[in-house]
Amino acid sequence: MSKFESLQEVNEKYFDVLKEIGNIGAGNATTSIANMLGIKIDMKVPAVQLLSFQELETAICPEEEVIVGIFLGVTDDITGSMMFLMRLESARYLVNILMMSPDNTSLEFNEMELSALQEIGNIIAGSYLNALATMTNLKIQPTVPHLSIDMAAAILSVPAIMFGMDGDSALMISTEFGDDVKIDGHFILLPELDSYDKILEALGIPV
Amino acid sequence: MAETIKIGIADIAVSKDPNIITTLGLGSCIGIAMYDPQTKIGGLVHVMLPDSTKIRAGASSNAAKFADTGIQKLLDMMLKAGASKSRITAKIAGGAKMFEVSGSTDVGNVGDRNAEASRAKLKALGIRIVGDDCGANYGRTVELHCADGKYVIKAVGKPLRTL
Repeated sequence: MSKFESLQEVNEKYFDVLKEIGNIGAGNATTSIANMLGIKIDMKVPAVQLLSFQELETAICPEEEVIVGIFLGVTDDITGSMMFLMRLESARYLVNILMMSPDNTSLEFNEMELSALQEIGNIIAGSYLNALATMTNLKIQPTVPHLSIDMAAAILSVPAIMFGMDGDSALMISTEFGDDVKIDGHFILLPELDSYDKILEALGIPV
Repeated sequence: MAETIKIGIADIAVSKDPNIITTLGLGSCIGIAMYDPQTKIGGLVHVMLPDSTKIRAGASSNAAKFADTGIQKLLDMMLKAGASKSRITAKIAGGAKMFEVSGSTDVGNVGDRNAEASRAKLKALGIRIVGDDCGANYGRTVELHCADGKYVIKAVGKPLRTL
């Protein structure tokens, strides 16, 4: 049983801790994707924001713009789920490097490219969770990723609903990296409430 | 001049002819539209969750967030604006499963539960559902036209659908 009443309470009270976890996780994820693709990276300090649902819907782009969303479950010592989101241009750029098709500008993806995207999501989310596991010394395993390419607001309704069960705001970590082309990536971590107790305790933070 | 009123997630609005009420990119949420053809008063609520009684106490005071309280509030607002309950009909859209997550997890079935809760609440209030486009795996933008009660649904890569 969690010591907390709601995710909102955790998000507000431990914002600085969560921000630090987010920074390290996103940094780790960015480094592994750059290594995998063999690109030079120049990463900005991630922005960690506590957003209302209304703000969340437009935090990445206008509501109806099509984006890529990757959803994974998280199991073991911590349970919950996480999402990684990026704009279509960023997804196309990463897929092109991976598939060695630099001139493809299509905003539609074929079967092969979709599984490449899923793999990118897998690596990004996996290394994010790895950073969290190393920091906390907890066992954290991602499950099979699920991919959705649709309107931003529709994809973001999923985390909004998950956060909505407990409160009226959501925590999002946004990062920007790249060499020639700027790539944007956004993480939303959705642990179950009692997982927060474990994370904070593991970090030696009194709850 | 017709005005377009945009509502967000967990949001609600009532208007009248010739205005349009819209909400962009419904995912697993539901957009419930009500319409009175005589006074041409229309209303739209964008709910996120099925049941206000099933979440932790104090987690939210926003009635428009839940199907049960949101639909009740929409009806109250319609009546206050001058609509007649006997003439009001409803159309619903949304409730998609955005990710193919298996099993009965929250992510997997909240869209379906939202749709069921919306239908049940409308039935309990005695409001007839004359249009229903819920489920599947894609997002929807909806527009309620108060001039004629048409409920227009847009989705990526799909033809326009009018309920």
